[in-house]
Amino acid sequence: MTLVRTKIGRRAFIRNTGLAGGGLVLGFNWLASCKMTPEQVKSLPKEWFELNGFLKVADNGLVTIMSPNPEIGQNVKTAMPMIIAEELDVAWKDVIVEQAPLNTTIFSRQLAGGSQSIRQGWESLRMAGATARHMLKEAAAQAWQVPFSEITTKEGQLMHEASGKSAGFGEMASAATAIEVPEEVELKETNSFSIIGTDTKNVDGQKIVTGKPLFGLDVQREGMLTAMIVHPPAFGMKYKGMNAESVKSMPGIKDVFHFEVYQEDTQKQWSDEGGIPELVAIVGNSTWECMQAKKALEVEWEEGSKLESTAYHEEALSALLAKAPEQPARKDGDVEAAFKKAAKIVESTYSAPYLAHNTMEPMNFFAHVTPEKAELLGPIQTPEFLEQTLVSRLGMPVEKIDVMMTRMGGGFGRRLYGTFAVEAAVISQKMNAPVKLVYTREDDMTQGTYRPAYKVKYKAGLDENGNLIAWHVRGAGTNDDLIFENRFPAGAVDNYLAEKHSLQTNVTTGAWRAPRSNFIAGAEQAFMDEVAEASGKDPIEFRLELFERAINNPVGEPEKNDYNPERYAGVLKLVKEKSNWGTDTGKSRGVSAYYCHNSYVAQVLDLEEGDGMPKVDKVWCAVDCGIVINPLSAKNQVEGGIVDGIGHATYSAMTFKDGKPEQSNFDRYRLIRNMEAPKEIETFFVDNGIDPTGLGEPSLPPIVGALSNALYKATGRRHYSQPFINERPPLVG
Amino acid sequence: MATYTLNINGKKQEVDVDPSTPILWVLRDHLSLVGTKYGCGIAQCGACTIHLDGKATRSCILPVSSIGEQKITTIEGLSENGDHPVQKAWLEVDVPQCGYCQAGQIMTASALLESNPNPSDEEIESAMNGNICRCGTYLRIRKAVKTAAKS
Ligand code: FES
Ligand code: FES
Repeated sequence: MTLVRTKIGRRAFIRNTGLAGGGLVLGFNWLASCKMTPEQVKSLPKEWFELNGFLKVADNGLVTIMSPNPEIGQNVKTAMPMIIAEELDVAWKDVIVEQAPLNTTIFSRQLAGGSQSIRQGWESLRMAGATARHMLKEAAAQAWQVPFSEITTKEGQLMHEASGKSAGFGEMASAATAIEVPEEVELKETNSFSIIGTDTKNVDGQKIVTGKPLFGLDVQREGMLTAMIVHPPAFGMKYKGMNAESVKSMPGIKDVFHFEVYQEDTQKQWSDEGGIPELVAIVGNSTWECMQAKKALEVEWEEGSKLESTAYHEEALSALLAKAPEQPARKDGDVEAAFKKAAKIVESTYSAPYLAHNTMEPMNFFAHVTPEKAELLGPIQTPEFLEQTLVSRLGMPVEKIDVMMTRMGGGFGRRLYGTFAVEAAVISQKMNAPVKLVYTREDDMTQGTYRPAYKVKYKAGLDENGNLIAWHVRGAGTNDDLIFENRFPAGAVDNYLAEKHSLQTNVTTGAWRAPRSNFIAGAEQAFMDEVAEASGKDPIEFRLELFERAINNPVGEPEKNDYNPERYAGVLKLVKEKSNWGTDTGKSRGVSAYYCHNSYVAQVLDLEEGDGMPKVDKVWCAVDCGIVINPLSAKNQVEGGIVDGIGHATYSAMTFKDGKPEQSNFDRYRLIRNMEAPKEIETFFVDNGIDPTGLGEPSLPPIVGALSNALYKATGRRHYSQPFINERPPLVG
Repeated sequence: MATYTLNINGKKQEVDVDPSTPILWVLRDHLSLVGTKYGCGIAQCGACTIHLDGKATRSCILPVSSIGEQKITTIEGLSENGDHPVQKAWLEVDVPQCGYCQAGQIMTASALLESNPNPSDEEIESAMNGNICRCGTYLRIRKAVKTAAKS
């Protein structure tokens, strides 16, 4: 065992009885929502004892663990409690998991973003479990009059070998609440884990497959009204006026009004970025009635700023790429001089369109704002920032605002921007009634906050031996400058120049699963293949040589390089071995490797040639994300990222005509479907005992490169602009 | 407004709604059966799939006035205790990620197996092709359908 001071997150370990109170809407509903056998009813606990903000132990030994972070499908609601349960030393079958409400006094970083929940929660979650175990042990030591050090635990049991005494956690729970919170606790050795590292099923699985209310859209309350918004039809347009009277008298409609989401003096958070300042609200008794009124309502809009089209974005990005920015983002050596003496030069430009997030559950939020208090419940990745905005927008002190999270029907970054929850609160305040705001799919897809459009230009120089001597990258994006200048191959090439531009546009953008990496990885790894081919070397060998260089003799200050070349090379070697790289499979193969969100991923992809679009036959994926908490869901995450990456690069695009989105639903916006997904995906994790890092995003970015490289093998042509399906002439056939 | 008596999950239910109301919203807003999901409203994503006399049907474009005597089954009524072979297979394979699309996936899969208890890989893929999963759980969906077919 390792002794660790509990200072991190210590405030979380102070008992907070308030937590068990009225705030817990999702509280013990599970008891009511499932049918119980008489045995189960008998085993219901009579009393719960809260040992700290993360967990409660019942008199019968059941343990309730609060999962602090928002659940968007990344499965932290299973993984985070697993970490607590591990250090508490309780059997997983005795654990009940609940979604914690927003509580900044107890929990830190209640946010889903950047694949950081596990990485940043790791230590405090372990301590939450270990602290409670310590207190239970202390209670037993006092009860049995034996030394603390002689007490052992196993699966919810306390034992004292010498005296033969033993007790369940439940029996000591009451006494444990009186024990002083320890200054220091022991953590388990990572090699003695019994819950972490085991395949554990999704804690909400049963509810999901039986259609229980779980999501924001499922929220229903006594007297609740439904609200919808009407937003400007084009970016650059703003509200002018409307005639709402005839619509107000439509069946079931309560009110139609124009409102300011944010007022001039509202203190906005970064999560309010991209919010449309003025909207029209339609409030009624039911969804369908609101939809009908929305169709009938005529709103007048006027031009507020430039109405941009996709052609304009393309041209403006290209124009930016034609010139050097004032300052390079990073410069090692002298690329110009190196290009002059290079034996071979390779140059290419890659691009990708805007993308919508398209979470399957459209944006929505429940709000009940009265003069006394504000209650908000729904799907949001950034509850803490929402609360701060509401303090300012509603003019209410923070104690009167309750923000609670539901399970989310997908996030992908979209729910970082909680403007929809602010809208719900403002509408509820105006109506003085409980309101559920619902976006239609069309509202959701045309509202903005898109993945930016990107373009990047690469130039590489090789010497006569096929060694990479110069690398120049210049990238640009809409409202985003795209380039991570200190990532690979920075540090592995003597002459390196990274430059970046951002194009200001009024089409709003935001983080989209693996921001920037979701495009730049594919472009870089495709270009890397072009360069490897020009060098006459095997693409994996070519990459490994560069990692060798970065390991043995890095260019620039090594600490500036934002990756560990050994771990990077490690995943590449692993995928090489597992995929039997170099053997002829009769398929078209591509390889790719990338590092983001503190994790390393390398992939090999096989394409089956056929009529039309080649089909992905198999993907081998090697991942180094340190300790894997739940291998089963980790694999699911990796698979999801791979399917997502292949899908968007191949099929999806948001385009604009005079500011108006040309796609507004799944008829024109194409998402990958079952038949188009790979036949097989095999995932391998590096077992190195390093503290865990992110996994919600890292498998997506590189797959676009592997696909692109395999497509080149299959078709003999490079695919420079996404979505690949639009390539002209058509890909195949 | 008009009154309709609907046969839902083996129970007669009366609703008083506009005849054009899609059955999706009747279920969700008027009967609190929120297991059936809204994804697109235009029959493109499959999130709203229910069984109409045993056949997988998109409820988002199906007006309540067109139902008549036909029997509706929703995810809540697929089995009494959540133990339909397809539901069990879904749990065994740990299919869901965010879970939002899965009720629709399960309803499509269970209707497929009802009419074709032993589908080939191609038949599974093509039957499930109308159901979008934004989280990309397609591989496990195929596996779970096969698992359910075996049981
Ligand atoms: S909601 Fe009915 S098919 Fe999408
Ligand atoms: S599991 Fe999230 S949409 Fe399918």
